[in-house]
Amino acid sequence: MVTHLQRSPLHASHLAHGARMVPFAAWELPLQFAGIIAEVRAVRSASGLFDVSHMGRLGVRGPQAAGLLDWALTAPIPSLAVGRARYTLACSTDGGILDDAVVYRSGPEEYLLVCNAANRDTVWRWLLRWQTERFGDAALEDRTLDTAMVALQGPQAPALLERLASGVAGGLTSFGCAQAQVLGWPTVVSRTGYTGEDGFELILAAEGAPRLWERLVEMGAAPCGLGARDLLRLEAGLLLHGADMDSAANPFEAGLERFVALDKESAASAALRRIRQEGVRRKLTGFQMVERGIPRHGYAIVHLGAAVGTVTSGGYSPTLDRSVGLGYVPVELAQPGTRFAVDVRGRLVEAQAVSLPFYSRRRK
Amino acid sequence: MYPRDRKYTKEHEWVLLEADGDAVVGITSYAQEQLGDIVFVDLPSPGTRLAQFQKLGEVESVKAVSDLYSPVAGEVLEANARLVQHPELLNQDPHGAAWLVRLGGVDKADLENLLSAKAYDQLLARQA
Repeated sequence: MVTHLQRSPLHASHLAHGARMVPFAAWELPLQFAGIIAEVRAVRSASGLFDVSHMGRLGVRGPQAAGLLDWALTAPIPSLAVGRARYTLACSTDGGILDDAVVYRSGPEEYLLVCNAANRDTVWRWLLRWQTERFGDAALEDRTLDTAMVALQGPQAPALLERLASGVAGGLTSFGCAQAQVLGWPTVVSRTGYTGEDGFELILAAEGAPRLWERLVEMGAAPCGLGARDLLRLEAGLLLHGADMDSAANPFEAGLERFVALDKESAASAALRRIRQEGVRRKLTGFQMVERGIPRHGYAIVHLGAAVGTVTSGGYSPTLDRSVGLGYVPVELAQPGTRFAVDVRGRLVEAQAVSLPFYSRRRK
Repeated sequence: MYPRDRKYTKEHEWVLLEADGDAVVGITSYAQEQLGDIVFVDLPSPGTRLAQFQKLGEVESVKAVSDLYSPVAGEVLEANARLVQHPELLNQDPHGAAWLVRLGGVDKADLENLLSAKAYDQLLARQA
């Protein structure tokens, strides 16, 4: 039964642009517009536009906002400057990954946490717990449903944003964030994304979003859906929580240890230090198919006749014109160059571990 | 309106009986539209014997895998090699150049278990 799916403020625009809609994390969102491959190519070669209004947007402010986030997240928060954003994880007290998120610092005591739609409640409760227990002087506010979020991605993104808000794009380096007026609406603009291309994410009042969307489409940005988003992030070696990691995986297994500050005290620090000391037995690896066949989430990874791991994400990469995937394997098989097989619906198809990302844009 | 020269299955394959008695099998335009960008096609080798509605191969789009079924029984005389090399043909010309296999030894009686173009249109109308 599909009832009460949350609709984005851009719902009507999506239907007008011919989107094929699907349920995703209790939201109704575009799977595709012109076609997934055409959308991937638009983002890699020009620009694409994504509605990411389903992502959770949680405000944290007050004298203990930094303390709360530093305790709840793996990134060091005191060193995050105003006007900067940082990729981070929320890990539980046993070290499992509750979610991954981007934390923005928009003012001295003003933070915004952008988390996955499916984990918005989990992250909210996680912050609320520590606010209640230890950081009462931090205020939490869920802004998700009052705002919209749009990602403009691709090599032409800076030029398009420049036409809408002069000087903003040029003032932001990667993971910079700023307040700007865009088409008359106060907007949080950050140089972030989930595609492996240069680009921006814009957060503004829900009412302002349809006009922003239409203007960017008129200017040539290709409307893109979840299908293209999933392939673009896979090509760029970016993980998806709920597929590539979850609360049963820790950052060392998922290859995310560089986002864990071990020299601070946090809800997860004791567990994470212990895991690092003990080491892990499985690791997430990237792999490419050597033979014809497309790996998919849930397929078994087979080595010497035994199932040794599972594919967590996979697909055909239009940019590389080959099939690639991510999956957990025993540590000794995660070395680039190692061969193993993927059980593609009963057929063993040879694959080879490769280092991530699969695709990396040429930087100017 | 779907071409009247052929018969259809509920699983969105078509079969066209040619003058020499061989049958050409494909998937419908509706099927390719539902699948989206097709990136992989797996077809049986010549000589493979297929029963009616037996699994014939697989077609894989960017998002999903689907099994293909043979609308009629027969022996695979030829698989469309060009299609295996260029799976995107299925999105471009599903009723023509992107045929899947040519079957020999076909029993015309099998066609009676299939849908006419009109019945297939009605099936799609009900699904819309």
